[in-house]
Amino acid sequence: MNLSALIILPLATAIAILLARGLKQVRTLALIGSTGQFLMSLGLLWAYWKERSAGNTSQFLFEFDYAWFAPLNIHYHIGVDGISVSMILLTAFVVIAGVLVSWAQDNMNKEFFFLLIFLSLGAYGYFISLDIFTLFFFLEVAVIPKFLLIGIWGSGKKEYSAMKLALMLMAGSALVFVGLVGLYFNTDVNGAHSFDLVAISKMHIDIASQKLFFPFAFIGFGVFTALFPFHTWVPDGHSSAPTAASMFLAGISMKLGGYGCLRVATYLMPDAAQAYAPIIILLSTIAIIYGAFATMMQTDLKYINAYSSVSHCGFVLLGIGMLTKTSIIGAVMQMVSHGLMTALFFAAIGMIYSRTHTRMVAQLGGLLKSIPIISTVFVIAGLCSLGLPGFSGFVAEMTLFMGSWQNADQWYRLATILACASIVVTAVYILRAVGSAIMGPVRDKHFNNLTDASWNERLAAGILIIGIVAIGIAPFWLNQLITPGAEHIMEHLGRAVSMK
Amino acid sequence: MGTDFLILMKQEWMVIAIIFILMFIKIGSNEWKNERILNLVNILLLINFILGLFWNQEGTLFNEMYKTNPLIVAEKNILSLGTYIIALQAYSWLKNHQHVLEFYILLLSTLVGMFFMISAGNLLMFYLGLELSSIPLAAIANFDLEKRKSSEAAFKFIISSAFSSGLLLFGISLIYGLTGTLTFTELSQHLNGNPLEIFAFVLFIAGFGFKISAVPFHLWTADVYEGAPVSVTSYLSVISKGAVLFVFVSILYTVFKPIAITWYNILFILSVLTMIIGNLFAIRQQNLKRFLAFSSIAQVGFILVGISGASREGSASVVYFVLIYVFSNLGAFGVVGLVSALSGKENIDDYKSFYKNNPLLSWVLAISLFSLAGIPPTAGFFGKFFLLISGAGQGNYLLITIAALNMIVSLYYYLKVIKAIFMDPNDNPIEKLAIPASPKLALFICVAGIVLTGLMSYVYEYIYSLATSF
Repeated sequence: MNLSALIILPLATAIAILLARGLKQVRTLALIGSTGQFLMSLGLLWAYWKERSAGNTSQFLFEFDYAWFAPLNIHYHIGVDGISVSMILLTAFVVIAGVLVSWAQDNMNKEFFFLLIFLSLGAYGYFISLDIFTLFFFLEVAVIPKFLLIGIWGSGKKEYSAMKLALMLMAGSALVFVGLVGLYFNTDVNGAHSFDLVAISKMHIDIASQKLFFPFAFIGFGVFTALFPFHTWVPDGHSSAPTAASMFLAGISMKLGGYGCLRVATYLMPDAAQAYAPIIILLSTIAIIYGAFATMMQTDLKYINAYSSVSHCGFVLLGIGMLTKTSIIGAVMQMVSHGLMTALFFAAIGMIYSRTHTRMVAQLGGLLKSIPIISTVFVIAGLCSLGLPGFSGFVAEMTLFMGSWQNADQWYRLATILACASIVVTAVYILRAVGSAIMGPVRDKHFNNLTDASWNERLAAGILIIGIVAIGIAPFWLNQLITPGAEHIMEHLGRAVSMK
Repeated sequence: MGTDFLILMKQEWMVIAIIFILMFIKIGSNEWKNERILNLVNILLLINFILGLFWNQEGTLFNEMYKTNPLIVAEKNILSLGTYIIALQAYSWLKNHQHVLEFYILLLSTLVGMFFMISAGNLLMFYLGLELSSIPLAAIANFDLEKRKSSEAAFKFIISSAFSSGLLLFGISLIYGLTGTLTFTELSQHLNGNPLEIFAFVLFIAGFGFKISAVPFHLWTADVYEGAPVSVTSYLSVISKGAVLFVFVSILYTVFKPIAITWYNILFILSVLTMIIGNLFAIRQQNLKRFLAFSSIAQVGFILVGISGASREGSASVVYFVLIYVFSNLGAFGVVGLVSALSGKENIDDYKSFYKNNPLLSWVLAISLFSLAGIPPTAGFFGKFFLLISGAGQGNYLLITIAALNMIVSLYYYLKVIKAIFMDPNDNPIEKLAIPASPKLALFICVAGIVLTGLMSYVYEYIYSLATSF
């Protein structure tokens, strides 16, 4: 399987969109392109299983290496392990749902779909990169489309939110940049510096430099995944963004950060990861608790989901910080689960908003009577968010908490207990929102005349729900997919401990 | 000797030939229409650029006064390409101007001056080239004769330029007094870092600082850029600055190599100041020309970071960045110049909702600004990344952390322009502009350059293969 196709297909789609005319052509092309991505990601999963069951145990599959900037030893080096495959699957699910949800996006449609597809290109490139220069390149590719998507098609104080998001993410990537360059100059692969992830992981970087550059890389990636106290772009960005952009932001873009924290910061600088683990756990516990309580106070549906994303992404960082195999598997599962769930949530909110023209919980009510399908979608997303068994949220959080508990340190266990307790708060705000917006009496008589979900919205929600339920009912396949990657990270961490 | 003389100096001869052709036309015929002259000049400059790519040799002439090698030829080609793009862009401005021929004669004289300056193997030759490249510039900075701001700009430029030349000359004479030679190769063997040499070197840096408008020698830049016609401004900010940067690198890396520690510290301070001040002032600007002036000051700060690397990567990344800078800055100036020539508007507020009527120009401007801000996949990302990598080669992570943080500040003001173009509402946006063919071609070249120079690693590898090790 040629992984570069994952970059070429979105690129070709984006160029085709530029040449198209009119909404119909543009959205058809976007749908064809994203369906292609979807099928390709499923094909990748299949090819990956085939290789693994054939006994191929190498760390990364389908590798391809091309010397891009030879004098600086920068390579276009790509390959996937189970962690990247699960991220690519997530991206493909969210992209196709995002395109379907924006089906009626008429205002500047060409630019809109172009940017959506371009954003997905950045995400795919990021997840398949095995060279940290290439990885950084794709990380930044994904920043500006978000700025334009929010600033042009957003609502509310969109310019402010767009600028805040772009600057904070750029600050994150500036920190990542310093971390990566610091790593680069501390490597020595055959007498030259290297950006190669595999090569760097095989050598030992001295502990002083690890401790110096780990915070840069981890905080930098952490900004993307709402690490406390750098989470402030999340609520503004998500609530101002158009529906598809919110889905992309929460579903894909925040995962870029989590993946980077795991793959680059923790994997390449294991000693520092161990040294800084208490701080990571402290910050992520604060994010979990703070995010959950901040959500309680929100009255706008999008703000509710945005703040709950802060809380849920805190779980991801908590799992990474705990540094046990199960907790890392849980963190990756949480990324996938949260990506699907939050995309579904934003899709449902977008559908409700486009009909009722309000997102305030207090003004909504009784939607189940008038738009039952959309309301059901909303309820499913909510139940997944609060971790009901049968949905992906339960599986991911369960794995994560089990893994966290395995870390025997009493303070870590305290953090685990606190994080578990936050689920109760989640249940409170989700059930309250569902109860008052979906159930109850019809608050506004206009609501009686609303049309229910159109075919594209049903399809979008259906695809995401299939993903959620597939993980929720049969979590084993995802677990098995992630395990080898997590084992490699653990082995590396273990080696780091023994070197001390 | 005979053919050597022709081939080694082929680029100088080409430009001089173009100047003579233009002079003959001036003397011989008053009938030629402006359009015809402009098209002719564009074709000649294109030929100049293309011929510059062939018959590259290494060698010296006139007792090492003049030297050339593939890197120098490549640098000259970058300048020729930039001049060609500027000539294409100047079309809509010069179409109705009375003195088209004089403009190009003066402009190309400065280009010859720069060529000699880059090829200098001797401080005297360097100084002659520098003067030839700056005095005619003052004349063309005043080329909108009826505008008072233009004359003010020209006057400021000539005075600051004369002052910096004075400083440079003082430095040169001190160095001559200390070592008894002006040849680069001999100078590097004689310098040993005694205090008087350091003093001479500081004068040198001050002189160069004026020319490349590094803080604290930048005060003339904004006024001159604002007052001068857009084409001249873009020439000043790209070609003239690029040429001086090329020489600056080669002089630092060869002549002043013995006192590398001294200049490393000086560059460190200068680059930090230049980035910070340039960026902070750019935030406050309303006039797009002033805005680009301060942004170009900040860019010089990044280039100085790259120079401070003192390595083969350093010199390669500077040449590479200047090439990218030619495309990105000329793309931005091209749009600004076109809008200014066709509608007379130059303020950021006038650009609100620019996208509504001029989507193509908006995207060109946006891509150029993204490249200046260093956003992938534009070439600016690669240029900045490589500059900072070579800067970090010395192990100074503080410097690159400051530079990386400055990139955020610079992104802010570039995004402010993007926001005005794409997002801000405006009841009275700029009308749809009819773009003549040659500026269109120029913008196309810029965008193609911005997209391809970065992704095609061949360009960097080629420049790297030419660059000599430190």
